[in-house]
Amino acid sequence: MTIRHHLSNELIWAYSVGELPEAFDLVIATHVSMCDECRARLESLNALGGAVLEHVELADMDEDALHRTLARTQGVGDIRGRGKDAIRADLPGTPVLPQPLRDYVGGDLAQVAWRPVGGGVRQAILPTAKGATARLLSIPAGAAVPDHGHRGTELTLVLQGAFADETDRFGPGDVEIADEDLEHSPVAEAGETCICLAATDAPLRFSSFLPRLAQPFLRI
Amino acid sequence: MSKQEADWVACMQAITLHQDQDAFVALFRHFAPRVKSFLMKSGSSDSLAEECAQEVMATVWNKADRFDPSRASVATWIFTIARNRRIDAIRKQRRPEPEDLTWGPEAEPDQADVMALQQESEKLNKAIADLPAKQRELIERAYFGDLSHSEIAAETGLPLGTIKSRIRLALDRLRHAMG
Repeated sequence: MTIRHHLSNELIWAYSVGELPEAFDLVIATHVSMCDECRARLESLNALGGAVLEHVELADMDEDALHRTLARTQGVGDIRGRGKDAIRADLPGTPVLPQPLRDYVGGDLAQVAWRPVGGGVRQAILPTAKGATARLLSIPAGAAVPDHGHRGTELTLVLQGAFADETDRFGPGDVEIADEDLEHSPVAEAGETCICLAATDAPLRFSSFLPRLAQPFLRI
Repeated sequence: MSKQEADWVACMQAITLHQDQDAFVALFRHFAPRVKSFLMKSGSSDSLAEECAQEVMATVWNKADRFDPSRASVATWIFTIARNRRIDAIRKQRRPEPEDLTWGPEAEPDQADVMALQQESEKLNKAIADLPAKQRELIERAYFGDLSHSEIAAETGLPLGTIKSRIRLALDRLRHAMG
């Protein structure tokens, strides 16, 4: 997989300090799962957090803190095989969705609860905290997502297939960062259904009349 | 600071290999008061910070086998656990994390990579200490969640490029070992 479109420094930084809405965190965690270059960038910014922790002044722990902490411990590695790892073990073959997304879907692509939104396009809203919305999109090969602009930032990460819009082509692992100024109409490439993860921090505003009516149902 | 990064890495290995409680006590004495302070500076009360710091330190023990000393210092790894606890407990938000990449039971990181990362971490610690107080405070406040990301650029003037290259190299080796 050759990734050409990476995360911006600002996004990785905001993820490292922990100040992004959950929906954006999900896009970043998923992209980093697919992209070792951005993983290295993220981990180097985490190192800055480590240095900050090392320099912080000390707070007094309660007298029995160590004792109570030890009471919370299990055998090292005992927590393996629970939770998210259990989901991985249940899946046959190589999953299409990276681990962080599988945690939200509760499985791989086959487990996604798709809803049709017109033109053969399907979507699934993922449960995240308020402030931004995350959704999976399935766009049939050759089909278009209606023209839309954004009131805030939209991140779109390609998981399978590819799409192209006025700015460029985006293939697996690529992330498009669209701000308010971009009015675009992404079209899925011929060949394979395009699966994307998209996060928006404000509802999309569609350019043409009909999709605007559809927007409340789209919830995007 | 009497102990060096190499000592903390040795403590982590003693926990993973021998479930060594003395090693954990050494880590606890150094890091628990820092984690608690970090959480209080991030806006939590004394009692919530105490509770969360204990949970963070318990996670250090429970997940010790996930720590990769060729990609992170012990302080960095503990910072990520504390930050995620803060998001969870204070902002009441789930924190999606990238897919875990860990050395399996057989393979382990190259000692040269581990030492190179320790040196880079110590250089970064020193570089932060040497920053003008105002600039250092700005970075600290960003990590305490006290600034919106738009208020501070990701350009810090710190030697992050070299540490990134080291981590990238370690990731390539890990991918190779994972086959």
